[in-house]
Amino acid sequence: MEQDRPQTLYEKIWNAHVVDQRDDGTALIYIDRHLVHEVTSPQAFEGLRKAGRQVRRPDLTLAVPDHNLPTTARVDANGNKIPIADPQSAAQLEALEANAPAFGIKYIGASDREQGIVHVIGPEQGFTLPGTTLVCGDSHTAAHGALGALAFGIGTSEVEHVLATQTLQLSRSKSMEIRVEGLLGPGISPKDLILHIIGVIGAAGGTGHVIEYRGEVFEQMSIEGRLTVSNMSIEAGARAGLIAPDDKTFAYLKGRPMAPKGADWDAAVAYWKTLKSDDGARFDKSVTINAADVAPTVTWGTSPEDVIPVTGHVPAPESFADPSKQDAARKSLDYMGLASGQALSDVSVENIFIGSCTNSRIEDLRAAAKVLDGRKKAEGVKWAIVVPGSGLVKAQAEAEGLDKIFTASGFEWREPGCSACLGMNPDKVPAGERCASTSNRNFVGRQGPGARTHLMSPAMAAAAAVTGKLTDVRELMGVN
Amino acid sequence: MKPVRKVEGRAIPFGRKNVDTDVIISAKWLKTISRDGLGEGAFESVRAQEGNVFDDPEYAGAPILIAGDNFGCGSSREHAAWALDDMGVKAIIAPSFSDIFSSNAFKNGLLAIPLPQEAIDRLMEVAKTDPITVDMESMSVTTPFQDRFTFEMDPFRQQCLMDGVDEIDLTMAKSDAIEAHETRVDSAQSWHKPVMA
Repeated sequence: MEQDRPQTLYEKIWNAHVVDQRDDGTALIYIDRHLVHEVTSPQAFEGLRKAGRQVRRPDLTLAVPDHNLPTTARVDANGNKIPIADPQSAAQLEALEANAPAFGIKYIGASDREQGIVHVIGPEQGFTLPGTTLVCGDSHTAAHGALGALAFGIGTSEVEHVLATQTLQLSRSKSMEIRVEGLLGPGISPKDLILHIIGVIGAAGGTGHVIEYRGEVFEQMSIEGRLTVSNMSIEAGARAGLIAPDDKTFAYLKGRPMAPKGADWDAAVAYWKTLKSDDGARFDKSVTINAADVAPTVTWGTSPEDVIPVTGHVPAPESFADPSKQDAARKSLDYMGLASGQALSDVSVENIFIGSCTNSRIEDLRAAAKVLDGRKKAEGVKWAIVVPGSGLVKAQAEAEGLDKIFTASGFEWREPGCSACLGMNPDKVPAGERCASTSNRNFVGRQGPGARTHLMSPAMAAAAAVTGKLTDVRELMGVN
Repeated sequence: MKPVRKVEGRAIPFGRKNVDTDVIISAKWLKTISRDGLGEGAFESVRAQEGNVFDDPEYAGAPILIAGDNFGCGSSREHAAWALDDMGVKAIIAPSFSDIFSSNAFKNGLLAIPLPQEAIDRLMEVAKTDPITVDMESMSVTTPFQDRFTFEMDPFRQQCLMDGVDEIDLTMAKSDAIEAHETRVDSAQSWHKPVMA
């Protein structure tokens, strides 16, 4: 009977991966793809060694460094590797460089052309495929759901568990449908949409759920845009995001190095076409968003749910119904150096960061470059960097001349990595200063101790660079 | 993993909502290749403020932490669980936890105990002066004032925590089922493996 009932996409992928079902509802789930980076893996490899265990499926595992890497030049003029100054970062990178070959895992090194942020290279290499289960010791693994993979972040003990067994013991999540009615207005990007969604459902709105994004807006959206949306599912507390694969997904994947070829490709596509929620499938929760309500959106506080249209004003803590939210808002405003009622367009920024696993793909760089073309960054902007998501994105951008636009407008053009998203490498925002950032978290201290983060889209970050203030990009681009 | 049947003692009445893992342990502490010694960096940005609960001698060595909704949201860093453990916290009581944190806590034998906000409000009061007991067998949180709040946890997790089970061993015992799945996929989905040069 179970088979006859209409199923959600999540149920279909889940059911196809159950290795062993327990009576209490939890199941042993097979993991098809495992991405490994330097920060959350050393203790897992150490655990394997101590227990004398092997990696069960090195052929389903891919390792790449990204979090710690400085984004300045990695090789000198003579082609020699430039050593990493921070001894702890260097040790962590060396550990991955040694662990990967020791356990037979394919490793993309820091100076390889394919290196990049783990969530950028997975799709880019065709390692991420629809209908697969994919994990990584990083919460933004949710991004890969954009291609219809069930993808989620795990902790280091789970990394070790997957390395050893290629499975995870999981309890089934609830399903949430986010249906967006209508299309985005001119000058509104996928980042604005996901920030708006998080504002509506809250930072814990998706806890315990896997979100499926549905509606014409996603069908029309590029894969890059879908990756931005699904990436931030975790900021709404959701375990994973999903967008049903379609012809755009297949066209994106076709010919990618690790994607199937020839007859295998045809067989894969035939299967992938079955991967969508059936008509009448039941979701545990359903939320409808009106695309017309989405404006260029920025964060004002220290939780990704603290969003307002850039045309708005900083909210008063008393305006929140929940007393604990009022308290949190007071603390946020104090940390952010903002006053309630202040117009966002009056807020100056000293730093601009365009990059991160949320917004460092070619389309993001094109959107920012379009705003910056023929313009210079404002005098008050002290530091502005563009960090491509991978070596391949960087090469593509250079082939299109985007790097020239960025440098001409006063931006630094960097090497791929996580950069100023998380304060683990030299790219940090100074204490007390503001950053217009295309990353995913505005937590206290996220971009460096005391740093004040405003999350926004690449086009909006570029607009802020030009005016030195939080700015409605539509004004610069003559869009109404 | 060590078995955990009961955690009792003073509780730190933190109470804050949306405590993210960057607050529990900031990025600069993630460069370690060990699991140990992270207690020193726990709640660094909170401890930088005068009069914070973590440095209040009243709560020195307290094995329980009380927080608000959505505890442990954000990054997947297990360092957050390691840092709490290293600072001596063995149980966290909050209305809800992020999915990843709750799993990381479980893997390290830390109890993530969900209780409704009304219970949290009461426990925050009690914590100021008296100890609290978390009992895994009866799945309850009690106070010296006859308060008794029961919580839910999936029975598998409850048993694993109480027995101190090594989950990898448990899964390895199912290697036949894992192999059967792999054989099934190999024959049905020829395209399944990534093409790696």
